[in-house]
Amino acid sequence: MCIAFPGKIISIDENNQALIDVEGTRREASLDLMDEEVTVGEYVICHAGFAIHKVDEELALEQISMLRQLLEDEI
Amino acid sequence: MKYSDEYRDPALVERLYERVRDTAADIDGPVTIMEICGTHTHAIGRFGIKSRLPENVRLISGPGCPVCVTAVEDIDRSLSMARLPGVILTTFGDMIRVPGTDGDTLERARSQGADVRMVASVMDALNMATADPDRQVIFLGIGFETTAPTVAATLKRCLKANIENFSVFSAHKVIPPAIQVLLDDPELAVSGFLCPGHVSTILGVEAYEQMPEHGRAAVITGFEPTDILEGVALILEQIRSGNMAVEIQYARAVNREGNPVAQKVMEEVFRPSDARWRGLGDLPGSGLALSGDYVRFDVFGRFDVPEVESREEKGCLCGEVLTGRVSPGECPLFRTRCTPANPIGPCMVSREGTCAAYYRYY
Repeated sequence: MCIAFPGKIISIDENNQALIDVEGTRREASLDLMDEEVTVGEYVICHAGFAIHKVDEELALEQISMLRQLLEDEI
Repeated sequence: MKYSDEYRDPALVERLYERVRDTAADIDGPVTIMEICGTHTHAIGRFGIKSRLPENVRLISGPGCPVCVTAVEDIDRSLSMARLPGVILTTFGDMIRVPGTDGDTLERARSQGADVRMVASVMDALNMATADPDRQVIFLGIGFETTAPTVAATLKRCLKANIENFSVFSAHKVIPPAIQVLLDDPELAVSGFLCPGHVSTILGVEAYEQMPEHGRAAVITGFEPTDILEGVALILEQIRSGNMAVEIQYARAVNREGNPVAQKVMEEVFRPSDARWRGLGDLPGSGLALSGDYVRFDVFGRFDVPEVESREEKGCLCGEVLTGRVSPGECPLFRTRCTPANPIGPCMVSREGTCAAYYRYY
């Protein structure tokens, strides 16, 4: 139920509705609950027709590179 | 797909299984970890995680499936609403099949002529209302803090546009009182919690501060395989060190404060109310009722909803399953009378229900 997906913003209309690309499928998502400004090309977490968070790209990359670092330390 | 595929990298997954095994080996005795959120239950089953954990690490499911914790009384009320003349009753998909008293369902009501429609978003329900101004659209709202703000934001639009044929049956619930019940239960042998990812996107860390205070590890975790395994590893590391704290594994979607805009919208539209949970009973302040200017959208103010005498199905152990007291296999109905094709209890209906996940994956 609390399932949510990361999606890329394709466009934003005058009613604060965004078109989001989620794994190749286009969905509509309201930006009414966003707590920061987002623009086309950025990623948001979408739940039940609403974007609820802007994906923190820096943290996302940092986490994955930390995990990969662990892997390399192993080899 | 960006922000999904990289968290399913098999080499990283293997490395994390090792980290979990190594940490677990340093801990004497069994460790039980509860995943609160139904989306975790589903993901853990789907990715086959349980079978590969060390012998002394056990994952159990908690009360975080909104469909499953909806009280039979609320199902019965929604059935009465669906049968009111001229009404379109809308809700999320799984609710259609949850049995109320005597096995009655919204699906059955629909087969008898009621206009019951599934929606993926509350906005779809509002669009039905604006497209059909002569009909009354009721939205049966279930869900936790992830979903409740979407309903609140939609009602703000309704108020602004002066929509008169849209109302909400708010059966939403909030997570902190349920966590408190679990922590207060002396029988709950849980050492750590995988805390819900997207509820935390809205709420931040505050909701879980009570866990370390009660000597339990707490890690807010995402839903991909590397997320879940890293979450489990972090919990085990907290237990090994004895330093319990609320940690965020799912940093790409959660920050410590949560989403203040969503919190504010929720506070504007709702007020805390008492609510009945299947499995946990009546919890003060655990529900969300419409408040202030938004009371006008309350379904109970607009319609005379007939009450029936509600009864839960005899023999169904959903309530015990939801609090981690029994596992689905211990219920006499599991896989016998109760299957996904013919669910007796809500834990078998919802894809995220513990019984449905066990039926599918174990």
